[in-house]
Amino acid sequence: MFDMLQTMFSYHFMVRAFVVGILVSLCAALLGVSLVLKRYSMIGDGLSHVGFGSLAVATAMGLSPMLITIPVVVLAAFLLLRLSSRGKLKGDAAIAMISTGSLATGVIVLSLSSGMTSDVNNYLFGSVLAMSVSDVWLSVVLAVVVLILFIIFYRPIFAVTFDETFARATGSHAEAYNMLLAFLTAVTIVLGMRVMGSMLISSLIIFPALTAMRVCRSFRSVTICSAVVSVVCFFAGLCCSYLFSTPAGASVVVANIIAFLIFSLVALLKKRA
Amino acid sequence: MALITCKKACFAYEGRVIIDHLDLKIKSNEYLCVVGENGSGKSTLIKGLLGLITPVRGCVHYGEGLQRSAIGYLPQRTDVQNDFPASVWEVVTSGCRGRSPFLTASMRKTAMENIELLGIESIRRQSFMELSGGQQQRALLARALCATRSLLLMDEPVAGLDPLVTREMYEIIEMLHRERGLTVVMISHDIGAALNYADRILHMSNGACFLGTPDEYRSTELGQAFAGGASHV
Repeated sequence: MFDMLQTMFSYHFMVRAFVVGILVSLCAALLGVSLVLKRYSMIGDGLSHVGFGSLAVATAMGLSPMLITIPVVVLAAFLLLRLSSRGKLKGDAAIAMISTGSLATGVIVLSLSSGMTSDVNNYLFGSVLAMSVSDVWLSVVLAVVVLILFIIFYRPIFAVTFDETFARATGSHAEAYNMLLAFLTAVTIVLGMRVMGSMLISSLIIFPALTAMRVCRSFRSVTICSAVVSVVCFFAGLCCSYLFSTPAGASVVVANIIAFLIFSLVALLKKRA
Repeated sequence: MALITCKKACFAYEGRVIIDHLDLKIKSNEYLCVVGENGSGKSTLIKGLLGLITPVRGCVHYGEGLQRSAIGYLPQRTDVQNDFPASVWEVVTSGCRGRSPFLTASMRKTAMENIELLGIESIRRQSFMELSGGQQQRALLARALCATRSLLLMDEPVAGLDPLVTREMYEIIEMLHRERGLTVVMISHDIGAALNYADRILHMSNGACFLGTPDEYRSTELGQAFAGGASHV
């Protein structure tokens, strides 16, 4: 076991994938609790598709993928938030429209620029080889910023998540906190997309929160439990991916599914007892 | 000077005018009940008083140093998520307002005082979603009290509660009004209780509107029709 870990960490790309992945799963889990409870899960999914589209365009144009994708996805996040809160189009339908639209654009751009090669596969389902050293530094800095902002604004984020009307009525800038949440989510999704793949990254947001809610009953315990579950599942998933040569992103999702099933079983047993 | 003054205020919802030319002065330390049929604009009025919607014409003024952030609000129960993982303590402290985003010692103290006042200290670590309707209302009332020392706006605080819990709720509100000097504005469908407790009644209906004391209300045609048998209370 120790030998296995030692060999695994002797590969630089594995270390990079672990560092970025663990930070991203931590951020995603924390934000996920609010997003799931606010019924915004689909926004996370929509954003990852927009991320795929803009990543494809940035690569085709030979621009830095992260620096282009982050602002595009942040803008998309604000747009989706607006659509779900007051749009004339039905919010969920609008999100589906934007996701599939971006996906289609991305696939066309990729096939025109490099042909439908394994590249598309990497974009869609992630690759541990995707992160360059500069990507890792950018990811670490941004992930730390997301974590700090989340911790500072934890209380108002709870207030806005639990009862937005009350928060608004008592003079809290609910709109601003929703934007903050959308902004942090957008950044987290772009950071995690390379390793997890744009099809699978939203699982990091949704699974840990739902898993934690099976057993925990207060917002703080759900948040902490979700963070722990997410990091453990990412670690376990990536180790399994290395051991059995399975795709990284998919292995992490399977680890999350197993955690969800175990927690559901615990909840069931607790109810019976 | 009144706590809140509405001058010829018109409120619209989705482009339709719901409240037209409302003149209302809410005085400090009064108990005002808002009654009327469904769809007559009671909830719209509360939202207007809270500043959640702005009047399309006319205006709403806050007086006597009342800040928008210092209004306590108890929303309709259907507006609060019932399957939300949060402890009573988390719910109550979410009403505390201040410059610091963190929970300060003074916020904790205020929250604890309100929790004791409403008699929910034994359940403060429990999960909000596992509580009974009455306990949930007490927790939400404690949250509203953390936000205010002067004005409490309530949207049907007893809807869906059983008669015993309803009476307890009314007694708590009456106690807050009398002992803490809170100004209370309450929407109610319970006309009997409204006539019993309130200093003034605002009856809203499409078009006609009545504002006056319970005795005056009983003597009007509108009051007799609406209160029915309850007018003898």
